[in-house]
Amino acid sequence: MSGVRVLVGTRKGAFVLTADGRRDRWDVAGPFFAGWEIYHVKGSPADPERLWASQSSSWFGQQIQRSDDGGKTWEPVGNEFRYEGVPGTHQWYDGTPHPWEFARVWHLEPSRTDPDFVYAGVEDAALFCSSDGGKSWRELPGLREHGSGPAWQPGAGGMCLHTILVDPTNAQRLYIAISAAGAFRSDDAGKTWQPINRGLVSEQIPNPTAEVGHCVHRLALHPSRPNVLFMQKHWDVMRSDDAGESWREVSGNLPTDFGFPIDVHAHEPETIYVVPIKSDSEHFPLDGKLQVWRSRSGGDEWEALTNGLPQRDCYVNVLRDAMAVDALDPCGVYFGTTGGQVYVSPNAGDRWEPIVRDLPPVLSVEVQTLP
Amino acid sequence: MIRVALPAHLRTLAKVAGEVRLEIAGDVTPRAVLDALEERHPVLRGAIREHGTLRRRAFVRFFACGRDVSHEPPDAPLPEAIAKGDEPFVVLGAMAGG
Repeated sequence: MSGVRVLVGTRKGAFVLTADGRRDRWDVAGPFFAGWEIYHVKGSPADPERLWASQSSSWFGQQIQRSDDGGKTWEPVGNEFRYEGVPGTHQWYDGTPHPWEFARVWHLEPSRTDPDFVYAGVEDAALFCSSDGGKSWRELPGLREHGSGPAWQPGAGGMCLHTILVDPTNAQRLYIAISAAGAFRSDDAGKTWQPINRGLVSEQIPNPTAEVGHCVHRLALHPSRPNVLFMQKHWDVMRSDDAGESWREVSGNLPTDFGFPIDVHAHEPETIYVVPIKSDSEHFPLDGKLQVWRSRSGGDEWEALTNGLPQRDCYVNVLRDAMAVDALDPCGVYFGTTGGQVYVSPNAGDRWEPIVRDLPPVLSVEVQTLP
Repeated sequence: MIRVALPAHLRTLAKVAGEVRLEIAGDVTPRAVLDALEERHPVLRGAIREHGTLRRRAFVRFFACGRDVSHEPPDAPLPEAIAKGDEPFVVLGAMAGG
């Protein structure tokens, strides 16, 4: 029987949760890298036994760990992320110029075809890649050197490149998102970039419809429709049907359209999930009720999914990289909270159960569907 | 023989138990100790000093014979007790955070 492996990054280590295809009995392994912040763990689609983990600490900097046995053992690989040339400046919180400084790797995006190739999205925002299994990293500087770079500014969590999507039908086409710069697209494998933020409206910035400066929290796409993008912005849930050339709001009847993650059902490209959060100043669910909202129409019309989720006294958050779906049928949906819970719905959101309840604050959740 | 005491997270990272013992030819300075340490354990590159600039990371401190030498020049000689191995060169994670 097929199974799933859930890769969880937390503030104090990584955990690997495994189950068979029923997804009702779980083994929990970890913590790996105990005491370190694990911003992201992700498996290679080309070799599911190869996993990548971003391990960091304010004290001791960045490490990249690699496993070649599905997370049983790990080895550190290269950890030098050096910006190309003179990095220049971006805006600081007070609007003054601030030099680009590497802080950490937020997101690792392994190639679909080459187990040795992986992208890394970092803070301060830039895109790196490794083509030698993580031994060395090089920046793709065309993004940072896009003319708008000096206008980018950090969101509350830092100026991070947190989302990397590779078009599954065209590896030359990449989408990335930066808080707070916005979304960008490359059609030449990362050499050159263009902002794709037309249609976004952010009342919190001096020019609400500026080309860059938007706090995009997350992008998602379905592999069968790579030109259709979904976005959870700081406020607003957005949709593009033309590879990001234009966006329209699809928040519809959501009780609040602030939030962090957004994801797409594995088999239904118009079924999407968000976790509404009260506001940008109160990062917890409305009225203490943890709810995932699902749209089966690609936005605009949403339904609350509450079965099995706490409906009172719940004040956790769900961070941008902390939701994922598996490829089983029915599709499994997973998310982790800042309260240390990891929830699974083995039936596309109709019913939820906690896999674990008491991990450190969850930073990221990824799922591998295993044969 | 130089003794180096690492904080727990760096001992785990370098897969060492207890102190690291190093042989250093020439002057025993923070730079010489850290160069030898990173040569022995490459995984520590970037964890104590930044890549490229080799500046001490902000939340890392160096102690020698009970004295904070973090702000002294990296080429200043360390005390004789360190050079002789009577006392360890201590790499410490600053007490901060949770």
